[in-house]
Amino acid sequence: MSERRTVTVEVNGERRSGSVEPRTTLADFLRDELGLTGTHLGCEHGVCGACTVLLDGRSVRSCLMLAVQADGCSLRTVEGLAAEGGELHPVQEAFSAEHGLQCGFCTPGFLMATLELLSESPQPSEEQIRSHLSGNLCRCTGYHHIVKAVLRAAETMRGDVAASRA
Amino acid sequence: MKPAPFEYVAARSLDEALAALADAGEGGKVLAGGQSLVPLLALRLARPDVLVDVNQVAGLDRVVVDDHRLVIGALARHRAVELDEQVRRAFPLVSAAAAKIGHVAIRNRGTVGGSVAHADPAAEWPALLLALDGEVEVASPRGRRVVSAGDLYAGYLTTTLEVDEVVCEVRATLPEGRTGTSFLELARREGDFAIVGVAAVLAIEGDEVRHCRLALSGVGSTPVRARGAEELLAGAAADDAAIAAAAREVVEEIDPPGDIHGSADYRRKVAGVLVRRALSAARDEIGRMVA
Repeated sequence: MSERRTVTVEVNGERRSGSVEPRTTLADFLRDELGLTGTHLGCEHGVCGACTVLLDGRSVRSCLMLAVQADGCSLRTVEGLAAEGGELHPVQEAFSAEHGLQCGFCTPGFLMATLELLSESPQPSEEQIRSHLSGNLCRCTGYHHIVKAVLRAAETMRGDVAASRA
Repeated sequence: MKPAPFEYVAARSLDEALAALADAGEGGKVLAGGQSLVPLLALRLARPDVLVDVNQVAGLDRVVVDDHRLVIGALARHRAVELDEQVRRAFPLVSAAAAKIGHVAIRNRGTVGGSVAHADPAAEWPALLLALDGEVEVASPRGRRVVSAGDLYAGYLTTTLEVDEVVCEVRATLPEGRTGTSFLELARREGDFAIVGVAAVLAIEGDEVRHCRLALSGVGSTPVRARGAEELLAGAAADDAAIAAAAREVVEEIDPPGDIHGSADYRRKVAGVLVRRALSAARDEIGRMVA
């Protein structure tokens, strides 16, 4: 009753296709079809935020979307953050420097949600950070270090923008 | 793979969606933002035969403020409503309520029509519509009809709509004149469903309350209008004593359920406190307009 369909997306700037059943979630498509296992699955029903990716620039829970719904869309996952040579993205660098992770399972989701926040609000308050990341659960850090990491990333990225303008 | 198999139809027009739903009958289900439906699919609590995806239907996501009227297409995302400047100015309670729906990633996908049709009694939109004399326009192969918010909710997660009907538009109205509003809710954590929520609309003429609408979420199997308290306030002076009396009336007239998040008594108490605060905030908003 549910024949396979071809889904084509642009992931981290690269055009990728795969064949899926309609019931396949975007998260399973990314992980199983495209081999992008950096997007993690925690609860698989929209509670934990670990599977957060950017869809056309906005954060979405990839476990709450069907892969067929993303056909033709542009996606950004954690694999798209670091530079080609392996140099970490400023958000990744800040999470590392501020101990914004311990086991790392939730980190891909936090990084993607942070990226959205900083694209909307380059200078977020602590309250804004906590609110924007409220949909992401972390059982290791107690969140304080994550908030510090986001503040640090924001500062670095503002500096980068200023430097590129200079 | 967590969901059970289903047939998937990506409708490109409303007519296409309606035809697919009519064909599917009881086994059909509309997929809008998916933020409630996809978890139900994953847990196999919902096992539709045919899923009719309406996300590609054009023209269903407008957000229009026209004086005292608010028109929202069923596919408008919560986040779009939350960030809409015109909505913030004319319907501040709607902006406040939209910002309390889930988390950003949920608001980026979840739709107004989806929430209205899902009929979760703890959700924000159903209570908002009741407080704003709201109505929904629904379409089916038989044509279009308008259902008032008061006639929309039949029970827990259940509307009075037929299986082949689709919500296309949601409309809300504020009374004219000096009007104040407030939306408050209590939840354990940001983004959780409310234990109790209150939407209040107050219009004052001279020193008297000309119009009052009070709707609560989380205190029944449907969103609930506190008609007793509304009647008590109508024609009364909008002073602290009248507001306190209205809050006491709400505590008397509701019959909330008890669950792991709060007992019935606790919900009643919270409802009284939130109603008092919401009415005071609405009244103070009017006071600031005059000042």
